[in-house]
Amino acid sequence: MSINTDQQPTEGYRINALNRAAFPARRDLSAPLSAEINAALQSSPRGEVQVRALDLSIPLLERNDILAERNRGYFLGRGLLALNLVSSPGAGKTTLLERTLDEFGLEHRCAVLVGDLETDNDGRRLNRPHAAVAQITTGTVCHLDASMIARGVESIDLAGTRVLFIENVGNLVCPASFDLGEQLRVVLLSATEGEDKPLKYPPIFKSAHLVLLTKVDVADALGFDRKVAVENIRRIAPQAQIIELSSRSGEGMPQWYDFLGSHLPKQA
Amino acid sequence: MHEVGIMESALAVISREARANHATNVTRVVLRIGAISGVEPDALRFAFEAVAPGTIIENARLEIRRVPARAHCRDCDKDFTIESGYIFQCPRCRAFSGDVRSGREIELARLVFATSPTPRHVHQH
Repeated sequence: MSINTDQQPTEGYRINALNRAAFPARRDLSAPLSAEINAALQSSPRGEVQVRALDLSIPLLERNDILAERNRGYFLGRGLLALNLVSSPGAGKTTLLERTLDEFGLEHRCAVLVGDLETDNDGRRLNRPHAAVAQITTGTVCHLDASMIARGVESIDLAGTRVLFIENVGNLVCPASFDLGEQLRVVLLSATEGEDKPLKYPPIFKSAHLVLLTKVDVADALGFDRKVAVENIRRIAPQAQIIELSSRSGEGMPQWYDFLGSHLPKQA
Repeated sequence: MHEVGIMESALAVISREARANHATNVTRVVLRIGAISGVEPDALRFAFEAVAPGTIIENARLEIRRVPARAHCRDCDKDFTIESGYIFQCPRCRAFSGDVRSGREIELARLVFATSPTPRHVHQH
C-alpha cells in the first residue's frame, strides 16, 4: 500500500462522444442540456457550434502533492528510506528518535528533519555528530508540508544517509492530509493517551503503515489497556503493522529496528 | 480543507484540455470525488464559485459524482461497500480490511464544451 502514489497524472483521455449536431436526435434534451447548448450557441458568432463531451480520468493533484511526488522521487533516487513520524504532542517522537540515533543510527547513517511551531529544542536534543539534523520551525502552521521538506533536505548533507526521519509537528489531524513524499508513515500512540484515540482520529491512523504504541513501560501504572488499544488500531488500520515499545526501557526497540532494516532500499 | 487548491488544479487541467480541443466555452464540469478522499462536495462547490469567474468555466455547471468507499475482504475474496465512517468491516465475515479499492478519487471525470467548427487538418500517416 502507498500514500497517494496511485494519483499519477495521466495524459491520455478518451473521447466519448463527438457530434456534429449538438446531441444525438434520439436523446431528449433535458432543460439543463438545452441550457448548455444555448450557452454554446451564444459563444459562437456565426451560430454554428459543436458540443463535445470528453470522458476523462485525470487526478487533480494539489501543489503539495506534486511537490511530494518530487520529494519521493528524490528519496528513491538516493536510495533513502524516508519516514514521516506523526503523533499528538508529547507522545514520544523525539525520545524515540534520540534512542534510535544512538543505537540503529550507529550502524546505518540517519538524518532528521524535525518540525515545531517554535524553538529548536528538539533539534538540539537530536543533534549527534553522526547524524545530520535540521529543525524546521513553522511559526503558526500546524503541519509540515512537502515544500518545507524540500528546503529542509537542501540544508543538510545527505551523503551516505540511509534513513531520513521526518518528525512532524505534534498534531493528530492536519498532518494526515499532507503527503511529504515519505515512503512510510508512522503514527505514534502513547500509553498516556486514551485507548480510543484511533477511533476519535481515524484519518491519520487510516494512512499509517506502522503504528507504534509508545511508553508501554508505564501502561500498567496508568491503567492503560494495551489490548484494547491494539484492537482499536486494528479496526481502523488493519493494513498497519503494530509495534508496542518503550524508548525508556527498550522493550520493542529491536522490532522497530527490524522494521527499519527490512524497509531499507537497495543501495543506489 | 484543500478544496480551493483542488479547484485551482482542476481549472488548470480544464484549461489545458479546452485549449487542446479548441473549446470556446465549457458548459459542464464533472468531478469524481471519493467518499474517503477528505474532500467535501459543498466546500468544492463553494470553491468553484470562487474560482470560476473570468475563466473558461465561468458559465459551466458543476456536477459532483460521489464514489463510495469499497474495500476487499481477503477471507471472502470479495469487495464490499462501506456506508460511512472509517471502519472497513466485511459484512459477511466481519473481518477488518485495509485493502481500499475505491473511495480516494479526486478526479476530473467529464467535460462538456462548445467548439467552433475547426479547420480541417491534413493528417499525414
